[in-house]
Amino acid sequence: MILNYLSLSIILFCLGILGVISRRNVFTVFMAIELMLNAANLAFVTLARLHESMDGHVLALMVMAVAAAEAALALAVVILLHKHKGKLDTNVFSLLKG
Amino acid sequence: MEQNATYLAYIPLLPLTGALVVGLLHVATCQGKKLPEKLYGILGCIGPILSFILAVRVFFNLKGFPAEERFLTHKLFTWFSVGDLDVSMGFLADPLSSLMLLFVTLIGSLIHIYSIGYMAEDKNFGKFFAYMNLFLGSMLILVLGDGPIVMFVGWEGVGLCSYLLISYYSEDRDNVIAGNKAFIVNRIGDLGFVLGISFLFWGIGADGFDYLSLKTNAHNLTPALGITVCLLLFVGATGKSAQIPLYVWLPDAMAGPTPVSALIHAATMVTAGVYMVARFSFIYAHVPAAGTAVAWIGILTALLSAIFAMFQKDIKKILAYSTVSQLGYMFAGVGVAAYSAGIFHVFTHAFFKALLFLGAGSVIYALHHQQDIWKMGGLKEKMPITYKTMLIGALALAGCPPFSGFFSKDEILYSALASGHFGIWIVGVVVAGMTAYYTFRMIFVVFHGKPRDRQAYDHAHESPKIMTVPLIILAVGALFAGFLNLPGIFGGDLEVSAWLAPSLVEHHPHTSWFVELLAIVISIAAFAIGFRTAYRKFGQGADEPSYAGFKQFAYRKFFVDEIYHVVIVLPYQLVGKVISYFFEPYITDGPVKALTWLYKMAGLVFKFVQVGYVRVYAIYMVIGLSLMSLLLAQSLNL
Repeated sequence: MILNYLSLSIILFCLGILGVISRRNVFTVFMAIELMLNAANLAFVTLARLHESMDGHVLALMVMAVAAAEAALALAVVILLHKHKGKLDTNVFSLLKG
Repeated sequence: MEQNATYLAYIPLLPLTGALVVGLLHVATCQGKKLPEKLYGILGCIGPILSFILAVRVFFNLKGFPAEERFLTHKLFTWFSVGDLDVSMGFLADPLSSLMLLFVTLIGSLIHIYSIGYMAEDKNFGKFFAYMNLFLGSMLILVLGDGPIVMFVGWEGVGLCSYLLISYYSEDRDNVIAGNKAFIVNRIGDLGFVLGISFLFWGIGADGFDYLSLKTNAHNLTPALGITVCLLLFVGATGKSAQIPLYVWLPDAMAGPTPVSALIHAATMVTAGVYMVARFSFIYAHVPAAGTAVAWIGILTALLSAIFAMFQKDIKKILAYSTVSQLGYMFAGVGVAAYSAGIFHVFTHAFFKALLFLGAGSVIYALHHQQDIWKMGGLKEKMPITYKTMLIGALALAGCPPFSGFFSKDEILYSALASGHFGIWIVGVVVAGMTAYYTFRMIFVVFHGKPRDRQAYDHAHESPKIMTVPLIILAVGALFAGFLNLPGIFGGDLEVSAWLAPSLVEHHPHTSWFVELLAIVISIAAFAIGFRTAYRKFGQGADEPSYAGFKQFAYRKFFVDEIYHVVIVLPYQLVGKVISYFFEPYITDGPVKALTWLYKMAGLVFKFVQVGYVRVYAIYMVIGLSLMSLLLAQSLNL
């Protein structure tokens, strides 16, 4: 039973990684990151049930709070990026190219 | 028995404080409103005069003790202590240093007072007095230091002040070059001096490195080490005291103001080498071979520079070469182990040479910085005080009895003869004749005959009192200083030598009165011949002779400067060029450059990793984290 939850968590996480790696739209990348955070949350909660401890629940709540704050910041950043280049394609932002 | 005397420390500290105060005042006021020049002059004179008073106190204090207990010491603080080497900033006043103290502070004070008049029109009055005070303080540290290290501090201090004051008129590039030359030539000598001190420490320094301890241990020095130390220390002396082969800086040093030439380059600093040899007499006395070398170099320097002095036309250059020549005599004296005779000549020479330089300064001042003797003439009536005092100085320099120079020079020549150095004596007598000749050539051309430059003559006037009074005091010294050390044949008993005896290690040779009389008669004859030749040629006024052949060769100083330039300076510059164009870019910079090239190449390779897309960095992160997790899993044996 536990294994099913953990498998789901891993699948969600991998989907998130794939999203970050393969998508070029900033919003999609951002959603993929949220997906990864929630995959982690699922794992926390699952393992908290397994060990019958509250630590995992606390951490899950914590992650949700951080994710909310991060969403507020990230959306502001996205708006600035759009103002700057007029596009939301991540390939446009390649200032670190060596 | 050593006595502690705290006031010894004040003797060098007073002029040093004066230097600090005057220097700070000068720096503070050089931008805005100037202070009255007199203020700087008075502030500058306070330190030297107070030091002189303390020097007199030292003398009488020492005189109160029995002869063998005449030592005053004061240890200011421990400077550093490394292994066996334990150096303290300490001062020692014994008969030798007290004699040096007396004339250094007396002549220093007189020249400071004279400078108030001579430098009156100068813009940087304060700077001048700050440097002069700094010099005097350093000189007093040199003389009072209780060991070679403290002496070396003063030794370098006076060298620095010499450099600063030679290049004092720094608007003119030639003066700066002259200052550099003096400093660099002195560096060569100082290398020898430092090596000498190091060898001395290596030999006998373990049980205390001050004069008194060294003196008690001097017999432990091996002969080979002894001669090395003596010769290396003498290399230092050839630099500071302008002997062959390092004498070339002193004539150029005349670029500085005339009071500087009188104080530093005639009376005090240049005699430091003689003082040093006398101070280390406890080593030199054991190594007669080194002494003979010193004496020969000294007397040959005397001969060479006397030849140069006979054909110069710049009044200060004549006096400069005469100083080199007299320093040669002093080294001849200390070289033949007649240390007290050498120091006595230092003492009398300080008076008459300072007098001659200050007199020359008075003439130069009156003629608005004219230094060519062939543009002077007939100044006898216009400048009576300067003439009379300079005449006394010239008679003393030329060795006319009973002026001071006669007794001191005769003492050296007699010691050379009595100790069996016949060759040195012969050369010394010849040089004595030449000295009389070039001295009176200068006096006759400058003061006698008819004026050669009418306009300058009409504007000439006697210098103000502030300049003539020091001249008169020095003239009294030049006249009577010789009587302090009358030899037995004149009814004296060498009082100065007896006073110096506790500080020195010397044996007075005993010869018959006939040898003594012979030395004196021949010295007087040499003076008479030199004087007569000068009088016949220049006494009635002469025109500037045209120099050709040997005279031109001597006027150009045997092209020694040019030879040094070709033999030493040019190869040195060539080596510098080779290093800067070949050695440095390829040999030392090569490996460094190769390393930077390596980094550049590595950067070129790794820059392809940095694509700039966020997605790709995410891939790197995933790969990295996966590998780390894998490693973690493996290490935990999961």
